[in-house]
Amino acid sequence: MVDLLPDKPSQPLDRGPWVLEVKDLRKSFGSQEVLRGLTINIRRGETLVIIGRSGGGKSVLLKHILGLVPADSGSIRIDGEELCGLPERKLSLIRRKIGMLFQEGALFDSFNVAENVAFPLFEQGLKNRQEIFERVRDALQDVGLEAHMAKFPSNLSGGMRKRVALARAIVSRPDIILYDEPQSGLDPVITDSINLLIRRLQQKYRVTSIVVTHDMKSAYQIGDRIAYYRDGNIYFLGTPDELKSNPDPIIQDFIQGRSRPEHASE
Amino acid sequence: MTFIFTAIGRVVTELIRFSGQTAVLGMEVLGSPFVGKMRFGLMGQQLVRVGFGSQFVVVVTGAVIGSVFAAQSYYVFSSVGLETAVGSVVSIAMCRELGPVLTALMVTGRVGAAMAAEIGTMKVTEQIDALRSMGVHPIDYLVFPRFVGMMISMPLLIAEAIGFGILGSYLVTVKGFGVDEAAYTKNLKLFTELDDVGIGMIKGVVFAILIVLISCMNGLLVRHGAVDVGRRTTQAVVTSSLSVLISNFFLSILLNYFFPI
Repeated sequence: MVDLLPDKPSQPLDRGPWVLEVKDLRKSFGSQEVLRGLTINIRRGETLVIIGRSGGGKSVLLKHILGLVPADSGSIRIDGEELCGLPERKLSLIRRKIGMLFQEGALFDSFNVAENVAFPLFEQGLKNRQEIFERVRDALQDVGLEAHMAKFPSNLSGGMRKRVALARAIVSRPDIILYDEPQSGLDPVITDSINLLIRRLQQKYRVTSIVVTHDMKSAYQIGDRIAYYRDGNIYFLGTPDELKSNPDPIIQDFIQGRSRPEHASE
Repeated sequence: MTFIFTAIGRVVTELIRFSGQTAVLGMEVLGSPFVGKMRFGLMGQQLVRVGFGSQFVVVVTGAVIGSVFAAQSYYVFSSVGLETAVGSVVSIAMCRELGPVLTALMVTGRVGAAMAAEIGTMKVTEQIDALRSMGVHPIDYLVFPRFVGMMISMPLLIAEAIGFGILGSYLVTVKGFGVDEAAYTKNLKLFTELDDVGIGMIKGVVFAILIVLISCMNGLLVRHGAVDVGRRTTQAVVTSSLSVLISNFFLSILLNYFFPI
């Protein structure tokens, strides 16, 4: 399905410029404060994995980075350009640099698989049908679905829909790809191939990736850095090895999947 | 007693908020061709959906209403020897009131509901967020093509309903009741003027704007899953229908001032 690649990039990433800078980001929904002054920076070509408990606001953070949800306060810069406060039409231009894999896929149900994947290419103004077909086929090959081009999303399993959405997110070769739980609902073999694909995109195209996941094995496999998100902020940020060796019981409980009695009531 | 005032206040507040949101949507739609990407393929699709797809219902509505109105008019007019005036009465009524209003109500039920449900479903399944994430403005992609489809289709559908209404009236009065064809035709031509048809077309344009904006706005306001899609779809049909009927009253007064019978 995909080429086998080394697990980690050969070039160190700690010297590149920040491609994405999030500073003191705050967001509340009613009385619930979801993001509490969150600050994080990401370098070009880096894969940042965000882990944290369900319902904490990790997906909300991704939507802020795309400008889909307006922040209450704070700053988000992509390539130095401020996103917060920009009108929708100006945001549209910046969003073309970014691909996003939504948690539920968000495929267009009136389009078949090939049309869904081709959509970003048409929107970018690509006219050459042969080129579009080849790029759609290549993207679907990457996720192992080239034989299902004519099917509609309603005829696909949840995992297949997720992979089509992934093909749609990568087909236009964006600079930054946001993955919202790319491994959920997938079997271990497909999960591994998706992880390899994320690494390969980083190696081949120097794509910057932000991956929200609950799958710790995937987090260690693909992350250059891992951020542990807790209570609306980044509780820990470091390499996979630093995360594993961190003695903090809260971190250890999370990465080892240990529940405590007090968690049951949360 | 307090809860009655609270309920009324809530309804009025909601109405004002919705009117404001719809007005803003209208402004964005009008600005869309100047700042957004024109999607002629989608406009064509909407033309087919709204215009071609509504043919059957509009033709049947126009023909049946014209026939029934002609029959009722004949029973009254024939008692005073004015049966040859049936054609002109039906024609003026179809052009000025029945054609535009009934066509708009049928289109609201058929197309407005579909618009609200389709956009609402896209909203709850994150398809609209997916569009936005790919740099596609939802107004350009979802609302403006529907607006164009409706603006072109509605006046044509109304003209069709008027035509079939008059045809129905002719068949019932002349072929059914045996009224003199020459007298019927002469009166019809004498009393029906271009202004009457123009009023129908003007109303058609206004109704098209109301239906498409109210329906799309309801779709865009969907928040919480399938139940909310159903609720907003119902609200789109009810609000559009009431807007058509109420605006028709004011349009009739206004247009009769400028184009008296």
